[in-house]
Amino acid sequence: MDHHTHPGPEAALPVAGEWPAAALPAVLLVSYLAAVLVLRGRGIAWPAARTLAWAAGCLSVGAAVVGPLARPAHHDFTVHMAGHVLLGMLGPLLLVLAAPVTLLLRVLPVRAARPVARLLASRPAGVLAGPLVAGVLNVGGLWVLYRTGLYAAMHTDPLLHALVHVHVAAAGYLFAFAVLGGPDPAPHRSSPQWRAAVLVLAIAAHNILAKTLYAAPPEGVPAEQARAGAELMYYAGAPVEIALIFLVCRPWLLPRERGTVRAAA
Amino acid sequence: MSTPPQARRNTRHGRNLVAGVLLGLGTVAFVDEVVFHQLLRWHHFYDLSTPDVALISDGLFHAFSWFATVASLLMVAALSRERAFWGAAFAAGWLTGAGFFQLYDGLIQHKVLGLHQIRYGVDLLSYDVTWNVIAAVLLLAGIVLWVTTARRARRLAKPART
Repeated sequence: MDHHTHPGPEAALPVAGEWPAAALPAVLLVSYLAAVLVLRGRGIAWPAARTLAWAAGCLSVGAAVVGPLARPAHHDFTVHMAGHVLLGMLGPLLLVLAAPVTLLLRVLPVRAARPVARLLASRPAGVLAGPLVAGVLNVGGLWVLYRTGLYAAMHTDPLLHALVHVHVAAAGYLFAFAVLGGPDPAPHRSSPQWRAAVLVLAIAAHNILAKTLYAAPPEGVPAEQARAGAELMYYAGAPVEIALIFLVCRPWLLPRERGTVRAAA
Repeated sequence: MSTPPQARRNTRHGRNLVAGVLLGLGTVAFVDEVVFHQLLRWHHFYDLSTPDVALISDGLFHAFSWFATVASLLMVAALSRERAFWGAAFAAGWLTGAGFFQLYDGLIQHKVLGLHQIRYGVDLLSYDVTWNVIAAVLLLAGIVLWVTTARRARRLAKPART
């Protein structure tokens, strides 16, 4: 009989999940850069700001899942929250601003691009990219994560751990896209009033969740870490939220003057 | 500019007001966050006795106040671009919005819903009175200016219609 009270499977977990986790953002970054190079080869320019946004987004997502920030996140809730802001808020916003679908449609031959465009215009895609649905998937997912046993469970099950991270990033992306209604083609884009209203509700739900985490820590999290984590979630999330508000409101309340040329769409 | 653009039929009174109201809300929320939460630390991030309904009310108002600030500034930019920014109407909205929100915060959120108090470990009465009297003065001034500018806007609009 041996009692392995120390290392155990939990300590080995981050190492086991580290390489696949690092591979995904790396592949995304390399593919995007390759597509930009292909376009350039055809003499088509692609805005450098978008390439920069994509790189920063991949970095943000990557920093949350691998490396010096990801490792302590397994046992420190405050660090975990820093990861949450990078993985679920800042990273996805930057990725959306990089317009990857537009890039994909441009780089693909017409025959291959058509089904992609059809998929985007399909009804299921429209439902999924509706601001309310995306908001529930995004912030609702966080409520489930922290208010059920899921948070504790994901630290013992590597697969669950990976799934939660993928969900947070994907839902963050979907929500940012649904609320901004661009810059990628958004055939189902709803009115700016509705998108702004859902954004305000989602921000409120996020902030209320942060405050309840402060008062009642998730399962298995010490009170002190929960408080620091909750404040971090509240305050570090704010700049991203303000950026989203600005990006939703600008084309609505301060439209470009007629006659001026629109920046490359 | 404190005079409406005379050449225009439309003084954009409503839009100036809305922009003002939004910034008024945003300003009070910002002052609350920066001065009372961060600098003075009189307010608590979360008072452990706060009931759920107060938490929800506060969460919604804070989320909306960020939106209000950003939306207002963009509206002001749009109004100045079409040379329709009207300071007095904007101020009327600002005073009304700021007064309303402070009164809501001071009476409904702090007192009725029982959100965190203005300060802890002191006699609250003088704090509450000061808070709410300032709010009422702002609100009253806003309404007076609102009515005055509305009358002026109507007067300016009239000759254009005939």
